[in-house]
Amino acid sequence: MIKDLLGLKETSAEDITAILDDADKLKRELLLSDNKKSNLLGGKGVITLFYENSTRTRVSFEMASKYLGATAANMSSSGSSVAKGETLIDTVKTLEAMNTDVIIIRHSMSGAPHLVAKHVGCRIVNAGDGMNEHPTQALLDFMTMREKKGDIKGLKVAIIGDVKHSRVARSNIYGLKKLGAEVVLAGPSTLLPKRLGDMGVKVYTDVDKAVEGADVVMGLRIQLERQKKGLFPTVREYNKYFGVDKRRLALAKPDAILMHPGPVNRGVELNPDIIDGPQSVINEQVTNGVCVRMAVLNMVANGRRYEPRA
Amino acid sequence: MSILIKGGHVVDPKNNIDEKLDILVKDGIIAKVGGDTSEAADEVVDASGKIVAPGLIDLHVHFREPGYEYKEDIETGSRAAAQGGVTTVVCMPNTNPPVDNPALVKYVLDRGKEVGLTNVLTTGCITKGQQSKELTEMGELKSAGAIGVSDDGRPVINPSLMRRALEYAGMFDLPVMSHSEDLDLVDGGSMNEGYMSTYLGLRGIPKCAESVAISRDVLIAEEVGGRLHVCHVSTRNSIDAIRRAKKRGANITCETAPHYFSLTENAVDGFNTNAKMNPPLREQDDVDAVIEGLADGTIDAIATDHAPHDRDEKDIEFEYALNGIVGLETSLGLGYTNLVVPGKLTLSQLIEKMSANPADIIKIDKGTLGEGKEADIVIFDTEEEYTVDISKFASKNNNCPYDGMKLRGRVDMTILGGKIVYERRD
Repeated sequence: MIKDLLGLKETSAEDITAILDDADKLKRELLLSDNKKSNLLGGKGVITLFYENSTRTRVSFEMASKYLGATAANMSSSGSSVAKGETLIDTVKTLEAMNTDVIIIRHSMSGAPHLVAKHVGCRIVNAGDGMNEHPTQALLDFMTMREKKGDIKGLKVAIIGDVKHSRVARSNIYGLKKLGAEVVLAGPSTLLPKRLGDMGVKVYTDVDKAVEGADVVMGLRIQLERQKKGLFPTVREYNKYFGVDKRRLALAKPDAILMHPGPVNRGVELNPDIIDGPQSVINEQVTNGVCVRMAVLNMVANGRRYEPRA
Repeated sequence: MSILIKGGHVVDPKNNIDEKLDILVKDGIIAKVGGDTSEAADEVVDASGKIVAPGLIDLHVHFREPGYEYKEDIETGSRAAAQGGVTTVVCMPNTNPPVDNPALVKYVLDRGKEVGLTNVLTTGCITKGQQSKELTEMGELKSAGAIGVSDDGRPVINPSLMRRALEYAGMFDLPVMSHSEDLDLVDGGSMNEGYMSTYLGLRGIPKCAESVAISRDVLIAEEVGGRLHVCHVSTRNSIDAIRRAKKRGANITCETAPHYFSLTENAVDGFNTNAKMNPPLREQDDVDAVIEGLADGTIDAIATDHAPHDRDEKDIEFEYALNGIVGLETSLGLGYTNLVVPGKLTLSQLIEKMSANPADIIKIDKGTLGEGKEADIVIFDTEEEYTVDISKFASKNNNCPYDGMKLRGRVDMTILGGKIVYERRD
């Protein structure tokens, strides 16, 4: 049973599966029910501490906390003590002193949640740290894959785009390897980190090869500022060589699903025809995000698996 | 005042001594080195079973004074040196303000003498304020006592300025101790670019950020002369560049630090900021290359880059954490354990790298136990394994990745100018 959720590097296959099983139940019995209110986290205090801009992840965590009956509050870096130069450790100790049970943290620095976990007693959930991990995003991806494909074991998952800067890609790699999937990555050579192949994944610069025969095709968001840093010459060329369009998606299995962590740069990493096409599960990913976050929050705050209501 | 060091195994590479001998120290000077000395002395030190060597000379330390006394000062740094068997240190000038004028050189030297626990020497800056714009008054720095120039912590960015620095410092016979680094290639990285940076999602520093800059400086020095000393080399290609230039007859020297032959980037796992330094910890192939470079003489010296930082500068987000680790208390143990025990260097070669060669690089009459020389001596044990305990460090800070590590090569006594400045009591 997980105590904190720092990353999928630190989480066993068994714990990942437990979270996914709980998330499935919470979806059926809570999120899709007539009454989206539970008291699982009644009396618990949950704070989202976001040092980076975010809309969907933060709202998703907030909704998950509230559906479970927690007292939830937000703190963001602008307009707070952080702007006055308070250190991360002092900030989280302050939040802990309010008898908070769970701190959900997003930070631009890799390893920030690990640092925090060493210094406070309350439970820590990583909502994205630098280029390191975004574990709940990967968990919601896995939940969606299981819903559409049954078992993750044996699936071929192609992840396309800016792998180097992507915490979503890293969490997916660590988790999918543990769950027995085949992971294939592709992107421009300037956006593939060194020795990626040592992680037991296949790496291509030819997207066609990566997508061929895949069960899951996942596009990664490209930050357009990367172009100015010289990592790729133009958005146009990026889209031509590394964007996923109808033709490329057709190289995957006929029943392959198309995923993206959002927000999508339409016409850059994915073309509009497939974003809105029948293979896209992008909106279901968002729904499942609330479910895995409810499962994680219940597990870390209560220290037990989700029990269905009598 | 006299001390007789009896029965120790004396290792003095400059005099080709590697045998059991007694040493008599009188009035701060080595009076006699010989077999079974029975002369009377005020104090007799039983060194049987121990190694007796010239005091260690560390070409690269940060004592942080003036300006950063909360990290370290000349007194605490000197105490750490004495505890590590280091009897001469060369301070880097990246203090606040930087040591870029003769008054500050004198200040550092005077403070060192007042404290009196190790010979405190200092470099002055290559450029005013370490700004990489204009040369310092190197003649004045030398007159005040500086033994070299360095902008350590920062590279000399403009290659033409580096050329002038080598030419100008060469005129005063001052080594240019270069922190060679290409900042464009560093590109915001905070650890070595390799498997670990990919695994941890940290921005990587490619090895060529070091090897390109070192190659540049080596080629400039080869052409214009001067005395280039390359600081803290850590990659295979850097060492190859130096090796090839030396073969061509270039007048260059270099140093590495104990962490570059004892740790790899794997030490960063878990976002360990005590494994964060610049240059960053590299990979096993580089560690092997550093050891090869030490063995074949490409690397002349081992210097610690002793870099204390306050807890608040280390116990923070990895990419915000400052670079560097303390090293004075562990350098001999790391050298003995990682180089001598596995047979990569003889003990005599290790002492050469840690005492004799550094003395030659900065042209001081030390690093030897010759009769008539100042009595700077280290006595250490190589038999008993001990556990590094950072809580016993004398340094003001203990940012160190070796806590709990088992080493051999523990200092029992340090003698500075004939005075015992450290004696182990546990």
